[in-house]
Amino acid sequence: MSKRVLLRGNEATAEGAIAAGCRFFFGYPITPQNKIPEYMAQHLPEVGGVYLQAESELAAINMVYGAAAAGARVMTSSSSPGISLMQEGLSYIVGAEVPCVVVNMVRGGPGLGNIGPAQSDYWLATRGAGHGDGRCLTYAPYSVQELYDWVGKAFEIAERYRAPVMILADAILAQMMEPCRLRPRAEPPPLDKPWTIGGDSSTRHRNIINSLYVDHDEMEEVNRRIQARYQQAMRDDLYYVESGADDPEILVVAYGISARVCETAVERANQAGVRCRLLRPISLFPFPSARLAEWAAQVRRILVVELSMGQFVEDVRLAVEGRCPVELLNRTGGNVVTPEDVTTKLLDMAAERPGRNE
Amino acid sequence: MREELFMAGTGGQGVLLAGQVLAQAVMEKDLNVSWFPIYSPEVRGGTTTCTLVITDGLLGSPITGHPTTMLLMDGRAVDQHLARIAPQGLAVVNMTLAPRLPSLPDVKIVTIPATDIAITLGSERTANMVMLGAYVALHPVVEIDELAAALDVLLPERHRKYLQLNVRALQAGADAAQQAT
Amino acid sequence: MSETTHIQLDNLQVIYKKPDALTDTPMRYCPGCTHGIAHRLVAEVIDELGIKHRTITIASVGCSVYAYEYFDTDAIQAAHGRAPAVATGIKRVRPDNIVFTYQGDGDLAAIGLAEVLHAASRAENITVIFINNAVFGMTQGQMAPTTLLGQKTTTTPTGRSVERGGHPINICEMMTCIPGVAYLARETMAAPKYVNRAKRSIKRAFEAQIRGLGFSLVELVSSCPTWWGLRPLEALKHIEEKMLPQYPLKVFVDKVSGAGEGGEGNA
Repeated sequence: MSKRVLLRGNEATAEGAIAAGCRFFFGYPITPQNKIPEYMAQHLPEVGGVYLQAESELAAINMVYGAAAAGARVMTSSSSPGISLMQEGLSYIVGAEVPCVVVNMVRGGPGLGNIGPAQSDYWLATRGAGHGDGRCLTYAPYSVQELYDWVGKAFEIAERYRAPVMILADAILAQMMEPCRLRPRAEPPPLDKPWTIGGDSSTRHRNIINSLYVDHDEMEEVNRRIQARYQQAMRDDLYYVESGADDPEILVVAYGISARVCETAVERANQAGVRCRLLRPISLFPFPSARLAEWAAQVRRILVVELSMGQFVEDVRLAVEGRCPVELLNRTGGNVVTPEDVTTKLLDMAAERPGRNE
Repeated sequence: MREELFMAGTGGQGVLLAGQVLAQAVMEKDLNVSWFPIYSPEVRGGTTTCTLVITDGLLGSPITGHPTTMLLMDGRAVDQHLARIAPQGLAVVNMTLAPRLPSLPDVKIVTIPATDIAITLGSERTANMVMLGAYVALHPVVEIDELAAALDVLLPERHRKYLQLNVRALQAGADAAQQAT
Repeated sequence: MSETTHIQLDNLQVIYKKPDALTDTPMRYCPGCTHGIAHRLVAEVIDELGIKHRTITIASVGCSVYAYEYFDTDAIQAAHGRAPAVATGIKRVRPDNIVFTYQGDGDLAAIGLAEVLHAASRAENITVIFINNAVFGMTQGQMAPTTLLGQKTTTTPTGRSVERGGHPINICEMMTCIPGVAYLARETMAAPKYVNRAKRSIKRAFEAQIRGLGFSLVELVSSCPTWWGLRPLEALKHIEEKMLPQYPLKVFVDKVSGAGEGGEGNA
């Protein structure tokens, strides 16, 4: 196994993309993800890649659209306000059915907000991709190593479904350092695919990358095709991790940095005699609804922990369908939930006892 | 073993670098470690903190509400942070810049004249290493020479000429901590 | 008994035809609109330069949104105003392809002003064909940034005033000072005498890209009989009498022939 190196989440994300064969990056500076473009500016030229600082996030995502249409493994990264600006381009990318990876290192909001950690772009990510019926396949790593690994997987998923994939993290994961094991950098796959533009079109039928379908039936057909891919992702690219007690009375559900906090809290609560289990979705869309429904039929209560005002908990409640009470513990605005907060909450919930009818 | 170490000071005092040096040295010992910084928007002169979690088990949360150990570089850091140290916690305070301390019955406080020592060594800017040396003398997660090896990895090229000075500061900090306890 | 004219088929020669770079798809432009001429000129240039197999057309949002149906090349449709950014992404991945955008005045001079200026300032090696007809055509005749003062549109019903609509924007004059620009010209198709020089400028613009000299743009002062409320010929006369004083024809930058700014072809 390779030696561990101490890396920031931002650096691991950038290096993970290069290692996965990404050779094109278009972005615009915004805290707390600036180390990604800085890393790309320094290291992409080493492997014959292109780093370009766009004039705005609007331009950056449209450069990504063009590069993806031309067949490249291409990425951009930003943070919440910048991701808002990218929604238009993401909608075109969904409609035109081209693959790309977008990293969102979420910060406190709304508005200019602050540069503290937050998970308040959950809806923007999982319901987003701008206007229309499209969405972003969304994955939420929870460590520096997972950022490195998942940005690579994200390219494979994006190309499998010819769709944008969002890596959703936050200011803590972006800026924290942890040991990370690196792989050798892979060569990018060939540019030419049956649908790409560019190269020599005289040897084939000309290709058109387009999201304009004036005929309503044709547009509906495209929408159904896109939805069918999401259904396939629900079967083939659904990821979650569980840890803790095998026969829990309380199920804790959290993703990303909140799941890190909960991991420690669940360990402490179990030591204190409260049987808890953590379910951590890595894929947020597709969402592990079926697995949650199974647990909801078995546990007394569910606790959801998130750094937003009750966005993630809605997906949990949709999956649970009232089978058991679902409680929310949250902080926002750049504040974090600590392991002490979660442990105290779990002990309180256990002391309250009756949750479901029994 | 689980150590939750919190370091705080003013931008420019080298709090983040000291934390990284420790994280690097801990990683080389095959322990799990996380380093997580918070800085204020101003590049110089704002408050700067970092949190390290060091463990031989599951790392879990890189965030902690009540750190087990604090390294506090000045009076502002003491005023802002000392109160939330865990019971039976250890605080190492740079008494050159934090002459007045609150009395906390449950906390072990070790005062080190880190800035004075650093000035004597030849550079006020090595006070961060004096504090780090004091910390590992009190809580030996790594040895001084392991920190020196980590510095060798992390010091940017333009600062390599200060490597030996920094190593002397680490040792001076360790000596001061032994005298203080 | 009737006389019959016999045509000797074996003596026929093709002296004028649709350029190869245009498809057989009938264009949806209004009668009298000069988009058709602009398309033909671009296609003729593509044919003459022998670059059809490696050209990528970028359609924008506006009346020319279907440009990808008319140009027989690889093509992509871009969001409103973003065509130069999309072109940038493509060109950086495929530097051997010839990439051009085809944008109207709403697309380029309003919502896409940042994209086109920054593509130019990066000396992005792409070509922009800019159709200026001083009105938003597809959305039914609203004011454009290039609408003339006093011109009536559906959103300037009493005529554009500085107080309410601001001044017209002269894109070429604005871009003249950008060092990344290799070729920059304003032309029109308002009369046959202008058409050949318009084609020459379009060819120069593509040559700039082929030679890797940087960003090239040709503004084509165009007609919109429908929303100007004029007959086609009146619309062409309107270009000469009203549009050209505000938008004079000129080659602003020409690094292709080495003549520099204000060189060959000044009006």
